[in-house]
Amino acid sequence: MTSVSRGSRRLPRAAALRAPATLPPTGLPGLVPEFSRLVEVPETSLAPGGSTLALTRTWHLLDNGPELLSHGRPILGTVLCVHGNPTWSYLWRDLVAQATDAAASAVGAAAGPAARGAWRVIAVDQLDMGFSERTGIARPLARRVRDLADLTDALGLEGPVVTFGHDWGGSISLGWAVDHPELLAGVMLLNTAVHQPAEFAVPAPLRLALRRSVLGTATVATPAFLATTLALAHPSLGADVKAAYAAPYRSAARRGGIGAFVADIPVALTHESRPELDRIAEALRNLTVPALMLWGPRDPIFSDRYLDDLVDRLPHADVHRFEGSGHLVMEDSPYAPMALGWLAARVSPGAGAAVDAVVTGSAASAAAIDPATIAYRPLWHFLDELQGSDETALVDMNPLTGSGPRVVTWRLLSRRVRQIAVGLVSIGVKPGDRVSLLVPPGADLTAVLYACVRIGAIVVVADAGLGLRGLTRAVRGARPDHVIGAAPGLAAARALGWPGQKIATARFPAAIARTLGVKHTLASLIALGRATGAVLPPEPAPTDVAAVLFTSGSTGPAKGVVYTHDQLSKVGYALFAQYGVGRGTGLVAGFAPFALLGPALGARSVTPDMDVTSPKTLTATAVAAAVAAIDATVVFLSPAALANVVATADALTAADHTALAGVQSFLSAGAPVSEPLLAAAAQLMPGATAHTPYGMTEGLLMADITLEGIRAAAPASGSATTMTDAAPGSVAGAGGVCVGTATATTRIRISALDAAGLAVGELSETPGVTGEIVVSAPHVKDHYDRLWSTDAASKRGSLTGERWHRTGDVGHLDAAGRLWVEGRMQHLIVTADGVVTPVGPEQRVESVAAVARAAVVGVGPAGTQHLVAVVETVVAARRVALAEPELADAVRASVAADGGPSLAAVLVVPRLPTDIRHNSKIDRSALSRWAGGVLAGGRMRQP
Amino acid sequence: MKVLVTGASGFLGRAVAAELVAAGHTVTCFQRRPSGVADATDALGSITDAARVAEAVAGHDAVVHLAAKVSLAGDPAEFEAVNVGGTRTLLAAAADAGASRFVYVSSPSVAHAGASLVGAGALPADPKRARGDYARTKALAELLALAADSPALRVVAVRPHLVWGPGDTQLVARIVERARVGRLPLLGHGAALIDTTYVDNAASAIRAALDRVDTVHGQAYVITNGEPRPVAELLAGMCRAAGVRPPAWRVPASVARGAGSLIEAAWRLRPGVDEPPMTRFLAEQLSTAHWFDQRRTRADLQWMPAVTLDEGFARLERSYRGA
Repeated sequence: MTSVSRGSRRLPRAAALRAPATLPPTGLPGLVPEFSRLVEVPETSLAPGGSTLALTRTWHLLDNGPELLSHGRPILGTVLCVHGNPTWSYLWRDLVAQATDAAASAVGAAAGPAARGAWRVIAVDQLDMGFSERTGIARPLARRVRDLADLTDALGLEGPVVTFGHDWGGSISLGWAVDHPELLAGVMLLNTAVHQPAEFAVPAPLRLALRRSVLGTATVATPAFLATTLALAHPSLGADVKAAYAAPYRSAARRGGIGAFVADIPVALTHESRPELDRIAEALRNLTVPALMLWGPRDPIFSDRYLDDLVDRLPHADVHRFEGSGHLVMEDSPYAPMALGWLAARVSPGAGAAVDAVVTGSAASAAAIDPATIAYRPLWHFLDELQGSDETALVDMNPLTGSGPRVVTWRLLSRRVRQIAVGLVSIGVKPGDRVSLLVPPGADLTAVLYACVRIGAIVVVADAGLGLRGLTRAVRGARPDHVIGAAPGLAAARALGWPGQKIATARFPAAIARTLGVKHTLASLIALGRATGAVLPPEPAPTDVAAVLFTSGSTGPAKGVVYTHDQLSKVGYALFAQYGVGRGTGLVAGFAPFALLGPALGARSVTPDMDVTSPKTLTATAVAAAVAAIDATVVFLSPAALANVVATADALTAADHTALAGVQSFLSAGAPVSEPLLAAAAQLMPGATAHTPYGMTEGLLMADITLEGIRAAAPASGSATTMTDAAPGSVAGAGGVCVGTATATTRIRISALDAAGLAVGELSETPGVTGEIVVSAPHVKDHYDRLWSTDAASKRGSLTGERWHRTGDVGHLDAAGRLWVEGRMQHLIVTADGVVTPVGPEQRVESVAAVARAAVVGVGPAGTQHLVAVVETVVAARRVALAEPELADAVRASVAADGGPSLAAVLVVPRLPTDIRHNSKIDRSALSRWAGGVLAGGRMRQP
Repeated sequence: MKVLVTGASGFLGRAVAAELVAAGHTVTCFQRRPSGVADATDALGSITDAARVAEAVAGHDAVVHLAAKVSLAGDPAEFEAVNVGGTRTLLAAAADAGASRFVYVSSPSVAHAGASLVGAGALPADPKRARGDYARTKALAELLALAADSPALRVVAVRPHLVWGPGDTQLVARIVERARVGRLPLLGHGAALIDTTYVDNAASAIRAALDRVDTVHGQAYVITNGEPRPVAELLAGMCRAAGVRPPAWRVPASVARGAGSLIEAAWRLRPGVDEPPMTRFLAEQLSTAHWFDQRRTRADLQWMPAVTLDEGFARLERSYRGA
């Protein structure tokens, strides 16, 4: 006991006071008094044999078991919840309540036992904490793990049990878990840790609290530690919730446990709790039960590095990071429904047996090309096959070296990739390591990318269009082990503290390299590669992860999208099948994601002369020069680049026109492009077919339409033609933008909407039914990175053995199999008369001569919303106002024609807010909130 | 069915009585002045006169109660006597006479306290929160009426919001009159969404409530067109229909609320002959959103408004042209 008393000696005498357990006061927000109970627990000895001591301890706990029994619900199992320091069982109130509610709402449901059954939730107050007994003696980790076992013994708890811990309750719950394999069915964790890696410093706030001079004062004598912890919520906790968390800790005599907990953190190797923590941490590696980690990354204590450590020990765990949430993740995020959803999906009886979607008619019909017949071809296939070729592989029209176009042969590219790959291996880059690429498009990026994938490293690619803040979040979340960048990228990485070993693409002066934390350069990697005789490691498997690509972040924080080698290889196949890009094709690479795949397809690609960070700087002359340089037949551009190319066409010479006449197809990808712009570009390339694809980061190239296709889809007069497609009783709005037919290996289905706007319909390709667009292709994403719930939602209703992705887009198929996009799921307007999709009504509003651009949004509560049109006029308005009567009447009449929906109001704005990246996507959710405020009588400010 | 309609000389009361006559009911109209409703019998008297009320109710199967003191100002005791006392008297008389159905015509203002209403449901009447003597006494009366609901006498409350149409001497006539003399300002930017009720729709909803009282008794329903529009468009629509220039000058909403409070206070000290030109209640009504969730109303009453807002404006215009 000496060690225990040593711990407690550092604390004020109040910490040694004893007090009995009590029930919490009533009236704490969200806490149901009926769930509280006190339990007497005989204490067993820690000595071998574990004999019962002549001691009982009284615990306070929340327990919905009696309530479930009174409803006659079959109990599926128990979730054993353990809080950390300085909280108490109050933190689990939502889980207890929702587990109970879920049981109540399932009453009468004609479903199997798993649906009728419910999870019992037991949330304990640890001894010396919350409203449990104050024992007066310090309780180190091993004691606390045993305390929990004593409690479950006293309760006679039977399996299956899923543990759930937060903060230091995580270690304790995992201690119980590894000691009770016969009962254990799963483990769930909120921000916690089981190991303090020697190479990382102890987090500063903890170091401070642990200082002998501070510990007692901060944790026991004053409520400072408690107050600091409760201040970590994002957004801040309400005063009533804060008071509820503090309720059991109102005096120094009540706070002894808080101080003892902090003193028990085994930061030093010699700490008495270190062996127990190490025992738990190591035993975790043998756990095979399902595991879930719900994580708030904005945690000054348990940062992402502790999550990495846990994932390393439980590699099969499902992980969901709530971007923007912190240490109090249970207050910052909807953790409770997610945990219950995970239990149903992974642990409950019958979980894992995927619920087969009912397939109607031809829904199971195949894509144009059976994906199973397409052979896997590694991304570096042509780098191997053409390693002796002196044909051109890459041309960089304006390399950083500045002296005219740089031409790279297949021989050189192949050698460089091999050298860099070997160099990377020799500086410690391992298969499965993540490498963040902050390199602008060009020969360097191509070489580095293929080197990384060849050695099995995972490339992380985030678009600079995310902005510095979004990019920082993305890179941090992707937790790269290495960062390869040019100067601006590395400077940002340094300034913002991005993790990972830093590698520069160019040589810097030594002082700058030191400042940026740069250890290696591309040149030094190549030198290493030469010196070691270029022996490459074994190739990664097709199923290994190859890349994490970040979404644009136009709808919430950017998500990391994970692709395997096979899936990326099939993106290449899709480009080949759709646009004929293959061995020997000359390709102008003005749109990065597809252009990077040029070498994988054996194509000869050229990067035109442009400021790569600003696509709208690309001129027509630069495109013509790039085409001429490699006799290109295919041109990939972004919409912004395309607009400037058309705008600068006057500068083209006769020779330029001749070069452009050789182009056979061009593609504008990344955002919708108008028919006039596409037509103007087509005039510059008279021999080419103009394409615009439909896709997303999660499914590049899902559908495609040509300029002729767009014209064929346009109604001859008015915009009502597409309405005739709509099935009776389907969603109002219809219309939409035609994005063409599915690409060769893609299947597109619709999951119909219900009256509440939820996509609950079975996957179907019945024409005229509006619903969520769901896609399947061999090149659809594998999964989202550390977003378990988002990933599960994106695959909801998938057919067994198939990979489907719910796009979040809403639309319908027509009788010709063409896909029409009607908006985003989160922009649906749910009126009392049914669901309305926004794009169709917007097109009708835009058909009014005075209107330049329009958004149609809902105001009011979902289910009884009304429609509002927000318009930019051709003659721009100077301020926000209600539309003049003539305009309002015209807009209303246009939308309501042929039984269309009616509008509550028409607002005129000088300018609709759009995303920075494409200047085309209108954030209708934000606009809806704005319109709701104005139309409720709020200030008439700019949206 | 024999139906007694109180307050049938009023704008809505007359429409309800006519609707019930058209539906084939035998209708008696009870109020102080002749109702002028074709094919209905008048029984004249005051709702505060218990003996006259009992006499009038006798022999009727159902009562539709609209009689009330509707005003933005006046003697609180008079509101109490007519709106609360009158309802209590009528409920007792209906029960004594063996009537089985009672529709109490109320107002959404019984449940609201000035905040903006966006897709609101029908909350319970709350006299403590209601603004002004009218809303407070209507709330008290609605509580009385619903408390009287019993298997013998089924009671339902309906709350039409801002009833208007041809022949309306309250809302439309006042707006048009003020606009004609240039004394109608817009409060704030005029974009606040307001849901109103065209008079024929209010009448058909009340008839539906009477028909469906066996299933909807004991409850309160807000009645509207379900077509919220910016208040400026509503005022302009009424003005255009009447051939007068819509309001073009604006008063900040906060100023109007302040002025309304002052004028109310002054009116209390020295009551004028007409109603005060602005009250705080009116200022709030005209500068914040007031629209309602109509799903429950339409489903339970099995009723849909037959006249759209735009059709209503067209009918209003025809009535002004004809006048």
